[in-house]
Amino acid sequence: MSSLKLDVRLIGSARESAMQIAGDVQEFIDIHTTVAVERTITRLLGVDGINDVGTPLPNVVVENIKNAGGLGIGAAYFLVNAVLNTGLTTQEIAEKVSAGELDLTKLPAKPEKEIKDKAYELAAKMVERIRSNREQRDEYLNNIGEGKRPYLYVIVATGNIYEDVVQAQAAAKQGADVIAVIRTTGQSLLDYVPYGATTEGFGGTYATQENFRIMRKALDETSREVGRYIRLCNYCSGLCMPEIAAMGAMERLDVMLNDALYGILFRDINMQRTLVDQNFSRIINGFAGVIINTGEDNYLTTADAVEEAHTVLASQFINEQFALKAGIPEEQMGLGHAFEMDPGIENGFLMELAQAQMAREIFPKAPLKYMPPTKYMTGNIFKGHLQDALFNIISIWTNQGIQLLGMMTEALHTPFMADRALSIENARYIFNNMRSIGDEVEFKEGGMIQSRAAEVLEKAAALLKEIAEEGLFATLEQGKFAGVKRSRTGGKGLDGVTEKDAKHINPFIELMLNR
Amino acid sequence: MSSGLYSMNKREFDIAFDPKRVKPYGDTMNDGKVQLSFTLPIPADELAKEAAKLYAMKMGLEEPSVVHMADLGVGYSFFVVYGSCIHTIDITDIKVTKVESSVMSMDEVDEYIRKNIGRKLVVIGASTGTDAHTVGIDAIMNMKGYAGHYGLERYEMIEAYNLGSQVPNEEFIKKAVELNADALLVSQTVTQKNVHVQNMTNLIELLEAEGLRDRFIVACGGSRISHELAKELGFDAGFGAGTYAEDIASFICQAIKA
Repeated sequence: MSSLKLDVRLIGSARESAMQIAGDVQEFIDIHTTVAVERTITRLLGVDGINDVGTPLPNVVVENIKNAGGLGIGAAYFLVNAVLNTGLTTQEIAEKVSAGELDLTKLPAKPEKEIKDKAYELAAKMVERIRSNREQRDEYLNNIGEGKRPYLYVIVATGNIYEDVVQAQAAAKQGADVIAVIRTTGQSLLDYVPYGATTEGFGGTYATQENFRIMRKALDETSREVGRYIRLCNYCSGLCMPEIAAMGAMERLDVMLNDALYGILFRDINMQRTLVDQNFSRIINGFAGVIINTGEDNYLTTADAVEEAHTVLASQFINEQFALKAGIPEEQMGLGHAFEMDPGIENGFLMELAQAQMAREIFPKAPLKYMPPTKYMTGNIFKGHLQDALFNIISIWTNQGIQLLGMMTEALHTPFMADRALSIENARYIFNNMRSIGDEVEFKEGGMIQSRAAEVLEKAAALLKEIAEEGLFATLEQGKFAGVKRSRTGGKGLDGVTEKDAKHINPFIELMLNR
Repeated sequence: MSSGLYSMNKREFDIAFDPKRVKPYGDTMNDGKVQLSFTLPIPADELAKEAAKLYAMKMGLEEPSVVHMADLGVGYSFFVVYGSCIHTIDITDIKVTKVESSVMSMDEVDEYIRKNIGRKLVVIGASTGTDAHTVGIDAIMNMKGYAGHYGLERYEMIEAYNLGSQVPNEEFIKKAVELNADALLVSQTVTQKNVHVQNMTNLIELLEAEGLRDRFIVACGGSRISHELAKELGFDAGFGAGTYAEDIASFICQAIKA
């Protein structure tokens, strides 16, 4: 069996540093809320739809509260207080707020105990719906089964949800296990979630609850047809992290990209905002049985994959701790990494192998998400297909969980149907032909592979120690990840963050964490 | 397959190279051999195979041979086809628009700017419009560069600003004015339905509308971009795959001096 003989004590101390880093940030998270968190609570309490100018009602409700300075008290308090005052449903209340017939913060305040009890009662309904979605997924998995790991993960990105369905069903029939519907460009920076079925998008399709429902239904049909449960993936990142998580939980999505660090570094989203948002989104994902995918692979598209390999590992450690704090079990932690070293490097394959095996050994239960070469893909599709083959070899050798399939036309265009089919064929050939290589081949004691992993682990542990001393916010300000510097008060979305009032209620945190 | 790939038949074509009648080369001069692959939205069966073959003939392939057909799962089929193309090209009659500058190394560029311009050049770059990919612009601008070619941030005589991805054209221009840029670099990596062409056209139109077009050197780059396309869209230069920071820096400093 392939083993790197990593220093167990060093892994322990790296993990301890990461725990401290996440703990410090969690103290900040626990006393703050955001407009996105409050909109999510609003949705989970049963508010949906848009008004006649297209504004989602959850935004209308939260704006009404925020404008009166009530954001810190939160949407659950005001909505439930309105329910108690009027006897209407939360949806009817939201419609009245939108029509200007009701101002949530101007109603007489009911006793706090009464509000709290009612809030938990209303929340329990949605919690049950999500629980039953989870059970339904388990039922599918038990009855019709699933593909072998690594799951084959492919992307559809036509912009039109109905065209996406055709592409997704084709991909599933060709052998894909996970279908990710790429979001339209720029959606991560919208401070609301669009509504309804959509047919126009650039480089992807809007994430809307209706689009989720349409695709889930289509994939359920295909799952029964192919005799394999096909997982649906979307993107729970950007300014609406927890809202997308809630919609995904309601419509039984299975996999979610979910990483605050990615948003901070690559979308310039304010770090305070997105870390608070991430926490609630992960609580929802954890409860819904959703596998989260973290975005470490992206660091290597800007920073060098050889020199900065330890930042990937450091971030995986931090993401693991944030996930644990939000109640996500290891089995749902799709920590990310990538095959992004310059193909011209002598023995580069050995270093990639060391990196992937290291992640496997350090996070043994996690369905690691392995990302394909992108940075060094050229227009030479023939070479590209080979690069993807080497990437597939490492994946099966090191027992990765989710394989985002590389496309030979990467860097040229969004995949054609045939690109996807060739890519799936490539992976299936290699996975089948080399299935047990990791059980059979041992690494040379003290050889290049073991030494490389030891070196990366050592650097990661040192970096984590440094971050634990300085704090995560300060580290991000100094540009220690991906070579990108971000300020604590810069970026998008800071104005949606506020301290929680003593009266603030979020019944879902307790109900979902103590499942 | 009745492809003739291994055919011992006497060749009926002239095997002398003629620059006025150039054809693709397989293993014999003027054999015209090409390979292509495509998908047809019809189920994979004998009819589909025949359709693929006839379609290849319409593209000018003689004796097309469908060497591979695969079912894509939803009533679509994928083909790999070989054939001999009947068309020829007269290369003596082709005019190519190339970037007219000599390529210098990083040190030579710095020296050139010092000597001929006497101040730092301000260069801003971005992946504009809907494109979320920064691979291209990072390869050109980041300190580290790409494949051993240092990026513009490392040039002593260039002040480089990488604005990242999905920068709207309006914002890009605003920043250019604010920083008093000498040159604007637009990167377009992944495109869908040729949206990169619309986006690049829009940038030039905006610059012209604001009377700013002549103030800046404007260049673009990406795997789908050629100098010719760039010129057609109103850019000063376009850089395709396989170009590095020094190609662009050399062009900029020479264009500014000219």
